[in-house]
Amino acid sequence: MKLAEETATTGPVLSVRGLKVEFSVSDRRVPVVRGIDFDVYPNEVLCIVGESGSGKSVTSLAVTGLLPETAQIEGSIRLGGMEVNGADRDVLRRMRGEDVGFVFQDPGTTLNPVLKVGRQITEGQVALSRLRRADAEARAVELLRDVDIADPEQRVRQYPHQFSGGMRQRAVIAMAIAGQPKLIIADEPTTALDVTVQAQVLTVLARRQAEMRAAVVLITHDLGVVAQVADRVAVMYGGRIVETGPVDAIFRSPRHPYTRALLRSIPRMDAGEARLDPIPGQPPMPYALPPGCAFEPRCAVGSGRPRCRTEDPTLSAVAALQQAACHYVDEALPPAKVHAMAKPKPTETTAPPLLEVEGLKVHFPIKSSVLRRTTGWVRAVDGVNISVRAGETLSLVGESGCGKTTIGRTVMGLVPASAGDIRFDGQSMVRLGRGEMRAARRRMQYIFQDPYSSLNPVLPAEDIVSEPLRIHGLYEEMGGARRVAELFDMVGLSRGMLGRYPSEFSGGQRQRIGIARALILEPRLLILDEPVAALDVSIQAQILNLLQDLQAELGLSYLFIAHNLSVVRHISDRVAVMYLGRIVEQGTRDELYDNPVHPYTQSLLSAAPDPDPAARHAGRRIVLEGEIPSPAAPPDGCVFHPRCFRASGRCSVEAPAFQPYSGLSTWTACHHAGPLDRKSATLAEVSR
Amino acid sequence: MNRALNSTYWLLSGLMSRVASAAALFFLLTLVSAALLVDVLPIDPFAQRLVDALKGPSATNWFGTDELGRDIFARVVYGARTSLSTAGAAVIIAAALGIPIGLVAGFFGGWRDTVLMRFIDVLLALPAILFAMALIAVLGRSQMAAVIAVGITGIPNFARITRARVLSLRKRDFVTAVEAFGGSSGYNMFRTILPNSWSPILVQVVVLCSVAILLEAALAFLGVGVAPPTPSWGEMLRTGKSYLYEAPYYAVLPGVVLTFTILSFDVIGRALATLLEDRHDASGAEIERTTP
Repeated sequence: MKLAEETATTGPVLSVRGLKVEFSVSDRRVPVVRGIDFDVYPNEVLCIVGESGSGKSVTSLAVTGLLPETAQIEGSIRLGGMEVNGADRDVLRRMRGEDVGFVFQDPGTTLNPVLKVGRQITEGQVALSRLRRADAEARAVELLRDVDIADPEQRVRQYPHQFSGGMRQRAVIAMAIAGQPKLIIADEPTTALDVTVQAQVLTVLARRQAEMRAAVVLITHDLGVVAQVADRVAVMYGGRIVETGPVDAIFRSPRHPYTRALLRSIPRMDAGEARLDPIPGQPPMPYALPPGCAFEPRCAVGSGRPRCRTEDPTLSAVAALQQAACHYVDEALPPAKVHAMAKPKPTETTAPPLLEVEGLKVHFPIKSSVLRRTTGWVRAVDGVNISVRAGETLSLVGESGCGKTTIGRTVMGLVPASAGDIRFDGQSMVRLGRGEMRAARRRMQYIFQDPYSSLNPVLPAEDIVSEPLRIHGLYEEMGGARRVAELFDMVGLSRGMLGRYPSEFSGGQRQRIGIARALILEPRLLILDEPVAALDVSIQAQILNLLQDLQAELGLSYLFIAHNLSVVRHISDRVAVMYLGRIVEQGTRDELYDNPVHPYTQSLLSAAPDPDPAARHAGRRIVLEGEIPSPAAPPDGCVFHPRCFRASGRCSVEAPAFQPYSGLSTWTACHHAGPLDRKSATLAEVSR
Repeated sequence: MNRALNSTYWLLSGLMSRVASAAALFFLLTLVSAALLVDVLPIDPFAQRLVDALKGPSATNWFGTDELGRDIFARVVYGARTSLSTAGAAVIIAAALGIPIGLVAGFFGGWRDTVLMRFIDVLLALPAILFAMALIAVLGRSQMAAVIAVGITGIPNFARITRARVLSLRKRDFVTAVEAFGGSSGYNMFRTILPNSWSPILVQVVVLCSVAILLEAALAFLGVGVAPPTPSWGEMLRTGKSYLYEAPYYAVLPGVVLTFTILSFDVIGRALATLLEDRHDASGAEIERTTP
């Protein structure tokens, strides 16, 4: 065991004891981190997992002394034997350059846009006189090569805007490892990246870390990432570590009710049918923590017990290397309530589909900056056929830039179609007059990804929900205030919240308001654009369950747009996989997940991080080369061929037709479609 | 309506929590009520008593008397009415024209934006005081000239501020949402975007008030403002400067009131800008979050 061996030979790189961080907000002291202890040893990856407000990011900033002056920090933070808390600026500066490397969440804002990438990578080392300026470029080339950037001699002289998102994050990793640090802190390093790119970046990070035998603190909310990269895990909740232990123990035998409930609430790739078992309520805000155990109000074990309500449990050993902070660690979580799946499967009928999209193309012009002439076209959507039957869920899956959101917006009439037809309930929606479009829009509604931006901040919740009624002049006719109150009940919001403003609601509650607003006109089709992507893990399950209940109750059809394959597997009847404006594979959910035939679907499924640490030992993953090309200049032939592991000469000249794949109900567009070749040496064995 | 009351209360208590803006607010409120009540107050800005001409400040004449023996204090109070009404009318004109221009230009973009903003550029090139003198040449001496001049030259302030705000809100999901429900462009501009734009507009209102008061005073000082005997601060400065040696208080005291008025508007403008900026953050619109 790597862990035991390291512990025996050397002390920890980072040792945190009794860390408390408080912020003063308008004369109130808000405790964000409330006394945590942890160690990180050389060549070890510690993942800190938590939801928003758990204090995980503040912890990482405190470790390197990057918190603002308004923060009061107590406790001891020892990095390589040196105390960070209270150290003066010069010591901290030198420490950050020599001992610590940082990888932040958004590579788009971490790099300075006006400096060449090579210069930025080595800037810190030059400033600390650890590297002579004359040698800086050669070192930068070396570092870029280390993080798998092709053609580093050229790239080193380029600016960040010439790098794609995944390359930027790799450049940030190069910057982090430039000083051969003992500790690398990565705060949500792949959250802003696509699945296939995330797989590349995690691989690079893991390899470099192993070579340097550096300690890594990786902060994330994604349990799939944790299962893949962590050696040890610390679960944070309400500013404290509630459970910590080796990654296998945390996933196999979690002891804290929060960890157990969290693992139970996430949708799994391998379990489709069962209803999710969400954690009720929402994560506590640091300024309104409950008096006893912070998890008590949401806890199935402790809820209402006097000891949990008054006494905050301390972290104590529950197994050899595992600790949990709970008064009742030995009590099992009550079994998940078994819900009969209320939803009747949509029957195969000859009735025409509710929504039919045929040969849809959406091209956006690229204008030259001088004469405003059109110099090219971005082919966001390039010939797509889909249909949604009454009562069914069709999911569009793909990475960013594949055109899935554009399809949703075009169906909604927010973006004009360049070619093709959209029929809703038999009526063509393309080139409708204003009045007809308005009438048609009553029957389909849109739910946005970001609940923080989709609600008008100056209107109270009841006016937001009733706004569509007022716009259509139906407020009185459809029951006015009574109807709004009914919808509040339907989406699980209390009527007492009718008069509150969006800023007074949490993310999950805001998404419920968005759903109520979309339902008030009694639509038949909902277009859901990543409806849970911006929500905390424990809230996602609540919203997904609500969407399924509503579908069963109201017979709604969903066009569900998402990038998260587990969520899609959970909610869909049929799935269409998109790549660069086209559908590459479409089929019923189980067939597509169990027997994918298009190489892109296969690599996408294998790249999705599985929240099960056993999966990473079981087999290698298909890590795609490169990134998605620009839809302004799609490759000739099959658009996927430059990244495809099956591409042949034919693929680069002839675009494959979208046709049925024999033996399955699946349709696919590939010259070499077929199940994964398990014998091929270049291919990964995909673990089941 | 409840929300409007709440916002007003919140703004006022915000202003009162700082000494400078509380003092400025108090000064302006006094001035406004004096200007409103000048007819019922026991003072007379028009009564001439030549025997008492150019007397210094006293218990009966707090600011002394002018060359015709009129009470300077009464004339300063009456002058506030001239100044403030000029400011109010000018701001109404500028906002009524500027805000819709900014909304349309920012919301639709394209040729409408180009045409409207070039028109705004032309207005920007117009010097307010020359424009006012040209108007006076046509309309004759009146308060109207200052009102129209500041009103027209103030249009770009509102148009540009509103346009900038519209551009930042235009792509937000809650605006797209209204479009998706079938709301018209007009509904979106006036019912969705405008109510989210009051903060910067309010600051602009305060800024433009002080510009208007200064211009009105400048015109009167040049002798082309409101016609005598209607009192005006600028007019009093103009006449007072001839008696600067015999009766320094004559020019100085109205000047001090004018200075304090402008200062008060500036202090409140700054305080509002800070307050509203804070509130924007507190609204949670820019809250840190994780999005894939």
